[in-house]
Amino acid sequence: MELIYLQQYWWLIISVLGALLVFLLFVQGGQTMFLDATDVTARQMMVNSIGRKWELTFTTLVTFGGAFFASFPLFYSTSFGGAYWLWMLILLSFIIQAVSYEFRRKPGNIFGTRFYDILLFFNGSVGCILLGVAVGTMFFGGEFTIVKTNILDPGTPVISQWASSHGLEAISDWRNLLLGVVVLFLARMQAGFYFINNLSDNDEVISRARRETIINGGIFVVLFLVFIAVLFTTTGYAYNPETGEITADTYRYLFNLIEMWWFGALFLIGVVMVLFALFRMLLKPEWKGGIWFSGIGTVLVILSLFAALGYNNTAYLPSTTDIQSSLTIVNSSSTLFTLKTMTIVSVLVPFVIAYIAYVWRKMDATPITPDEVKADDHLY
Amino acid sequence: MEDLMSVVDWSRGQFALTAIVHWLFVPLTIGLSLIVGVMETIYYRTKSEKWKKLTKFWMLLFGINFACGVATGIILEFEFGTNWSNYSWFVGDIFGAPLAIEGILAFFMESTFIAVMFFGWNKVSPKFHLAATWLTALGVVLSALWILVANAWMQYPAGMEFDPAQMRNVMVSFKDVALSPVAINKFFHTVLSGWVLGAVFVIGVSCWLLIAKRNREAAMMSIKVAGWVGLAGIVLTMYTGDGSAVEVARVQPMKLAAMEGLYNGKAGQGLVAFGILDPNKKLDDEGDGMLFSIDIPYGLSILANHDANSFVPGINDIIAGRSFDAQGNPVNTVSYADRIAIGREAREALAAFKNAEATGDTLAMDEARAKIKDTFQYFGYGYFSSPEDAVPPVGLSFYSFHIMVIGGGYLMLLMIVALWFAYKKPEWLERRWVQWIGVLSIPVVWIVSEAGWVLAEMGRQPWVIQDLMPTRAAVSAVTATSVQITFWIFVVVFVALMAAEINIMVKEIKKASNKEILN
Repeated sequence: MELIYLQQYWWLIISVLGALLVFLLFVQGGQTMFLDATDVTARQMMVNSIGRKWELTFTTLVTFGGAFFASFPLFYSTSFGGAYWLWMLILLSFIIQAVSYEFRRKPGNIFGTRFYDILLFFNGSVGCILLGVAVGTMFFGGEFTIVKTNILDPGTPVISQWASSHGLEAISDWRNLLLGVVVLFLARMQAGFYFINNLSDNDEVISRARRETIINGGIFVVLFLVFIAVLFTTTGYAYNPETGEITADTYRYLFNLIEMWWFGALFLIGVVMVLFALFRMLLKPEWKGGIWFSGIGTVLVILSLFAALGYNNTAYLPSTTDIQSSLTIVNSSSTLFTLKTMTIVSVLVPFVIAYIAYVWRKMDATPITPDEVKADDHLY
Repeated sequence: MEDLMSVVDWSRGQFALTAIVHWLFVPLTIGLSLIVGVMETIYYRTKSEKWKKLTKFWMLLFGINFACGVATGIILEFEFGTNWSNYSWFVGDIFGAPLAIEGILAFFMESTFIAVMFFGWNKVSPKFHLAATWLTALGVVLSALWILVANAWMQYPAGMEFDPAQMRNVMVSFKDVALSPVAINKFFHTVLSGWVLGAVFVIGVSCWLLIAKRNREAAMMSIKVAGWVGLAGIVLTMYTGDGSAVEVARVQPMKLAAMEGLYNGKAGQGLVAFGILDPNKKLDDEGDGMLFSIDIPYGLSILANHDANSFVPGINDIIAGRSFDAQGNPVNTVSYADRIAIGREAREALAAFKNAEATGDTLAMDEARAKIKDTFQYFGYGYFSSPEDAVPPVGLSFYSFHIMVIGGGYLMLLMIVALWFAYKKPEWLERRWVQWIGVLSIPVVWIVSEAGWVLAEMGRQPWVIQDLMPTRAAVSAVTATSVQITFWIFVVVFVALMAAEINIMVKEIKKASNKEILN
């Protein structure tokens, strides 16, 4: 098996995991909607509906990170070690999620339910925005250099050096922030669709979810269009597959989707599916299937954007300090042996997806009821 | 260099803090998941509502603890990149694979089936629910497997070679990485110790219920299940601990010497059963390093080599390259001074390789490559200026080892006595002092468990990868101030987390002790 095929395969796996993660961020989106829910039962239903899925998002994030580490370790080394504050803030926003769900209603939780709900809001809002910022650095670049021979110097052995602001500069870049806010409103719109589908027995929650979906969906569409305009007109970086030399290339991401037309088609299909979900719900308020159209559409759009980011000889983490230090799927990957080994393991992924789907189909077959969330049982 | 060392120290502190806090939760998750699985199986077979209620009670405590384990676990994964970026690159080709497999195979299994375990009692059949409980327990163990494989590889870097063209280590045999004897021993030793910790927790909480003079039946049922799990766990932990000791003697003799505080070894070396180290001991002075000790004759030779008369080298012997075979004949090993020289040669050869590569001189590249191949096993020593730099902290290694071993002996006794009382002398479990011993054993088992990890990680120092990469060469290029700030943020988060977790646990246990769990 050629190394380049496996590098592309693993970029596809990363892209699929990234796309699924963005879809599953509906959990985070939902967490930004609890705080102002006035009806206690409605809030409990929302928390228990979305809270039971938190581990899916969390696990996808962890697996996304693990797969990135294993397949493209130079990215892990450069971005995580360099944009230190960005990743630390993402980390802080996520570590509070698990305990917040588990502790929020338990007697003796010290800080009170509202404190944990605020933490969930923080995870939902800041977590989404910062994940968007992190992905934004992959499009718009970071201030870093890579000198592998540094490892020979006992005094300064670190090969990847980032700007002294260590990721804070990435957070202050408006283009990265724009992507972060897009992700946040996408997550909130998806959460609305999810509630409509999952809590179909509660009118108060549903009417609120419809309103939230329309408002957040509208904001998302406008911001998404602005982001796409920025992305398609920005300068990307291409590498020469023969020499490895990296050069700037205007409209790179737009042309990538045109040249790889199948991904361009997926992108358009995805956008249409999300818009269809929004408009269908506007026209037919009782419709519950929005999450599926919107979710699949989201996955397709993110997948195609990741393809535009890493395929077609494109640098997926450009360096704005030293262009030749930019990361590509060729210069940052694991070896043929390691990628082969992991490829064998990845054959199990469909099986994993199948049992997750089976389990949740069974679990969601019985909707959450107001009585259930009032019972003294293991609840969030 | 000063700033580098400061970054290294704070990064080590942060990682140690995270790992210690994470390890407060993980072994309890491992142990409780098994105990809950056993209890639910009894319920499934007997259809007794008492067993169902008991299962639910322990499952509740399991859930509280599980969330904390998840929260602290992700920090470790991130910190490999954020704080140890050079390490991530140098060994990412090998180390990353187990982490990715952990995510794909283990985390999804845990996260999917744990939802059924908690919320599925009225949504799926009892059979499906039981399967979910066991699959969660399996997922927990699989998670431990892959991270322990990765950790074992840091102690004994097998299945890899150095590629000078890429300036990093690359995997050449996944089997050697995943199934190295160090990995196998470490996996079983660690997971089985989790059984013991879970069992002691259940016995201790049950004793608390007995002190409250309620739930006698629930407590006795729990002690019986936990007693068997704990007894099996401690016997097998000791067995695998013996295997680990043999492996440490083989691949990390310096760690073995440090954990025994042994400076000058001999044939038929005794094992310190109890001892106090001389805090003023210097490597090159005359003293034996102990202020006081009670030895078990031939103990260390038996532990390390399964041979009472074998030679066990001390720290000074290893530094000097002095050893003897089973027949007492001198064996030449490489002294640390020579290792440092060889490590520098490896570094120079690597620099020569990169220069030759830049000029396209293939002959010089081949020469340098051959030199690197011959010298790379001591590559990491090239970062040191003196042999003393390569000696782990003796005090921490010694005391953590002895706390672990002495504590392990106590826990063995506890399990035997708990089972004996539960089956043969139940009236003894009514005595207040016996009940308090059960309760107070809870912190003991945690201290023992943490001591094991302190030994594993501190005994490996100053290496992040044994012999190949010193910890100080593994860091990220961040400022010490940044790491200090995040360190203190984590301290605050962990203190709040622990306070809430312990308070919730205590409240839930008190709540249970104020009513009949089984009714």
